[in-house]
Amino acid sequence: MIDVIDLKKSFGSLEVLKGINVTINKGDIVCVIGPSGSGKSTFLRCLNCMEDPTGGQIIFHNVNIADMKVDINIHRRKMGMVFQQFNLFNNKTVIQNIMLAPVKIGVSDLRRAKRHNFFLPLTNLLRGKDKKQAKIEITATEQQIKAEAREKALSLLRRIGLEDKADVYPSTLSGGQKQRVAIVRALAMNPEVMLFDEPTSALDPEMVGEVLDLMKELANEGMTMVVVTHEMGFAREVGSRILFMDGGYILEENAPAEFFANPQHPRTREFLSKVL
Amino acid sequence: MENSNKKGRRIALYIILAVLGIALLAMICYLLKDNKKVLRFLDVLINSGGYVKVLEGLRNTATIAILGLVIGIVIGTLIATVRVIPKYKLLPRVLNGICSFYVGFFRGTPMVVQLLLFYYVMLPLMGINMSGVNVSILVFGLNSGAYISEIMRAGIQSVDGGQMEAGRAVGLSFPTTMLNIVIPQAVKNILPTLGNEFITLIKETSVVSFVGAADLYVAFNMIGSNSYEFMVPYLVMAMIYIVIIMLITLGIKLMERGLKKSDRRN
Repeated sequence: MIDVIDLKKSFGSLEVLKGINVTINKGDIVCVIGPSGSGKSTFLRCLNCMEDPTGGQIIFHNVNIADMKVDINIHRRKMGMVFQQFNLFNNKTVIQNIMLAPVKIGVSDLRRAKRHNFFLPLTNLLRGKDKKQAKIEITATEQQIKAEAREKALSLLRRIGLEDKADVYPSTLSGGQKQRVAIVRALAMNPEVMLFDEPTSALDPEMVGEVLDLMKELANEGMTMVVVTHEMGFAREVGSRILFMDGGYILEENAPAEFFANPQHPRTREFLSKVL
Repeated sequence: MENSNKKGRRIALYIILAVLGIALLAMICYLLKDNKKVLRFLDVLINSGGYVKVLEGLRNTATIAILGLVIGIVIGTLIATVRVIPKYKLLPRVLNGICSFYVGFFRGTPMVVQLLLFYYVMLPLMGINMSGVNVSILVFGLNSGAYISEIMRAGIQSVDGGQMEAGRAVGLSFPTTMLNIVIPQAVKNILPTLGNEFITLIKETSVVSFVGAADLYVAFNMIGSNSYEFMVPYLVMAMIYIVIIMLITLGIKLMERGLKKSDRRN
């Protein structure tokens, strides 16, 4: 689904990623581990161009999204992202947090379609005979889009057991609750792949479990996931592949059982001996 | 620590109130002794239609300050947004240059000079005829836009960068995220400073008589010249300004409390 080809990223003169090649298939749970400063977060943030790569390609659905000319917003809708610091919208209630993107994007698409249809007779007049465009079919009104988004948001909240928190502001939630809301906020766009950037690193130890449980559930449903994590237990149990990164390269890539039982690269062995 | 801070503030408040009270008492005593001045003022104010002028002046002062602030907020927000856009491309860089020049000009010249420039130079050159009040609204808007842009920029930069990232990560565009997520939070942070700007605008309206707009100062000045006595009119004028600004301060406090609801913990 995502092909990363010779991905490079520098911040000024500091080269963080020095050429990453990896393929992420549908249904993969890729866990990225490595020491801090190894570039694993940068790698993840390059996947949806939160950081613009300075070299290489990221092919998502046959489009190189690392190209600055591509409208990245359209592709990001299909890639959910969860941050270490939750980043819930502080000025919106929990349910508004979840509904915001589906409503805004749905409504703006609807308006664009209406505009397109309205000017169609005129624009088609200027087009060549075989280049005429068809009307965009309009399936829902703005109210329907909003109602649908609300319905979906409520069912997502029900799923994580926080329906009673729908109308409170994020400042009243615990860290674990915030992170679970952040995860379903990303799910509200029906993404094809979820990117997790150290989702449990800012949590109290007590709350790590609830977030990991939700991620396991997602994994079991067949969601494609890329997880940067320090939770070796999670990586071993849930991951379908482990990437070990250091110094801007992927040093080792293997299935979890093999990776943890029999690490090949000396750097991997050293790292694992320290964290396990 | 907090307790002693509170105590200190209360003592300061008492001292200020005492000084103000004594000053007010002294003025009232003086005017009672010399009550002809008060009578003459009231006569012009009520019988010779002075109150019409005062109301008109109040209206003009309010229109100029409020519309100026509204225009200023719109311009300021636009400029601030331009200034925080990442600058890899040419267009943002050009826009940024224009905005720097704009802010530099309006912060670098006094309001009176801008009013005179617009009223006597720019608009006649462009062949536009505008009343003094309209010119004042325009200039106050442009001027406060320059100041508010800097306030707003600080506000936008005070919002955690993660908010913008989260908006972009779910597929919202930069302008949508800015408008729905970042700017509302920025406004909450800068509300006290924005209130300050509004107060400054109200007080600055006292210079619009330079371009023939009738504000509070013009009204009381007229009353003064009609009654050959300036002491009472100017004293009353000062009091009106103080009362207006106290009311605004109160309003801002209430608004701040309303906007704080997303920070509350229960």
